[in-house]
Amino acid sequence: MTADAAKPEASRRDVEPPAAERTTQAVAEPASVAPAGQPPVERPFVALRPRLSPAEKGSRLFFLVCAVAAMGQMLLIMVFLFGEAAGLFLGQDGQPGVSLRDFFLSEDWYPTYDPPAFGALALLAGSLSVTVCSTLLAGPLGLGLAVYLACVAGPRTREWVKPAVELLAAVPSVVLGLVGMAAVAPFLQNVLNLPTGLNVLNASLILTIMATPTVASLGEDALTAVPKDIQDASYALGATRWETIWKVTVPAALGGLSTAVILGLGRSLGETLVVLMVAGGAAHIPLSVFDSVRPLTSTLAAEMGETAIGGRHYQALFALGALLFVMTLAFNLLAWRLSRRWRSGR
Amino acid sequence: MIFGYATAARKRRDALAMWVVRAMAGLTLATMALVLIYVAVNGLSAVSWDFLSQFPRDGLTKGGIWPAVFGTLGLALGSMCVSIPLGFGAAIYLAEYAKPGPLVTGIRLGVANLAGVPSVVFGLFGLSLFVALFGFGRSLLSGCLTLGLLTLPTVVAAAEESLRQTPASFREAALALGANRWQAIRQVILPAALPGMLTGAILALGRAAGETAPIIFTAATAFSPALPDTVFAEVMALPTHIYNLAANGSRIAETRPQQFGTSLVLLALVLGLSLAATIIRAKLRRGRKW
Repeated sequence: MTADAAKPEASRRDVEPPAAERTTQAVAEPASVAPAGQPPVERPFVALRPRLSPAEKGSRLFFLVCAVAAMGQMLLIMVFLFGEAAGLFLGQDGQPGVSLRDFFLSEDWYPTYDPPAFGALALLAGSLSVTVCSTLLAGPLGLGLAVYLACVAGPRTREWVKPAVELLAAVPSVVLGLVGMAAVAPFLQNVLNLPTGLNVLNASLILTIMATPTVASLGEDALTAVPKDIQDASYALGATRWETIWKVTVPAALGGLSTAVILGLGRSLGETLVVLMVAGGAAHIPLSVFDSVRPLTSTLAAEMGETAIGGRHYQALFALGALLFVMTLAFNLLAWRLSRRWRSGR
Repeated sequence: MIFGYATAARKRRDALAMWVVRAMAGLTLATMALVLIYVAVNGLSAVSWDFLSQFPRDGLTKGGIWPAVFGTLGLALGSMCVSIPLGFGAAIYLAEYAKPGPLVTGIRLGVANLAGVPSVVFGLFGLSLFVALFGFGRSLLSGCLTLGLLTLPTVVAAAEESLRQTPASFREAALALGANRWQAIRQVILPAALPGMLTGAILALGRAAGETAPIIFTAATAFSPALPDTVFAEVMALPTHIYNLAANGSRIAETRPQQFGTSLVLLALVLGLSLAATIIRAKLRRGRKW
């Protein structure tokens, strides 16, 4: 840098002429060559900045637009959800708005009555009940399957079980809903002697079938990402296989495993068709797993078809959608944070 | 805990724990297999060539499901027309151009969270944007756009992973030979990464075919007497057909065979696509020369 400042002529020439020209100039102008007896002057590195061709510029712009559009979609969803939902709370056409207090703390959901009631508490409780119950089942089962795949199964078994589990995650939820209606509901009704088999328990069981492959697949990824050497160190200390899994591998993968469970939980929370078909549809706060519930998602799917676009019921359904969106977003951000911390920790 | 010689008690506990894990895995897999077998056994008797090729008759209680098959294929393929260009473009930007910074973090955060947004919320979004605001109405077009946006994160994630798996030496060799970024991408990186990117798209196609909630209020109709002749027409679809027969109809018990038959067709379509993608991906990994 000091040489650069001392010889502005030399450094300027470095930028432009090709190598051959530079050599001739160096011979012609001995002033730019370092005097004998001193180390040669280090030439500053100058990055070449070629002019971009239109195709290069255009393609770059196109890809950037695509990426920004993918992000912008998220913002657009928020704008539409909250925009439509705002109408319910602000009121319009001379009708008073619904207070946030009524929306969150009232369990009366009578959108088509006159006057209508838009209390989301019972629907929220419905969503939470099936989500919590199914996560209590799908969490342990999915993690058990993940441990089996990552640490217990032989390579041959793993080779076909892992893709099979991923394939099961693709089963359409409407098919599982049908199984819940046609097989699980009559079974529960007869065996437990219930008035209806369409209840929290049934929905939770079907959601468990749906969420377990997700938890297992993500959990397995987290477990296989644990470095082999710390597991080998555990074996070298004389630990058994189970001791290694329980005290070394699982703690090391804890961030990824909790991400797996949270994403499974998010999937249950946002699942629509299963709860629409097998949760029963009664809008009240469940007192036991044998009660029927009407989760947020199934309310949306069941009622949206019959509302006038822009009306109060329509807005109320968007408010439910916004609530659902905020909840799943919170879980996703939590999962994102956990997986980032877990990745940066290694 | 002192790790020393494995005592008999510790060995027993180890064996017990291993069997518990195996039992849990076995129970889970067996339950899932049972569900699939249940659908297959009940559906098989209903599925025939007539079932696949005819229109529904007599208030959906008789006849086939051809318009629903057609509608689902149309919706799924149409959604790919949205998500493939947009998703591949975004993936190329993220993998090839993006430098770490707030914009890239924002894009990643947006796409990652998009993947977790419930599908019914996409339905609401499609309803308010495409159906109401753009005035496309309840139509094939609105459904394709909604499903395209829904599958976008899947497509982006798979495409980006595939792009990242092409060795840096490919890129460097192309640039060293004087190619600019775009030439390197078009002539070297894309040919190497495209099979993997398309595999991800097939997975997304399967997902689009199986989705119900987003199309209930953007595209689907319970019955159409003819195939859609424009993209602005409502369509029947396999998932909504199952839902309508099983949960909305007045003759639920009577149409059980149709419900299971339609489920089996949908399951075969979705799992077939996923299976194809899985096999292609495994082949690609094995046959890769780099």
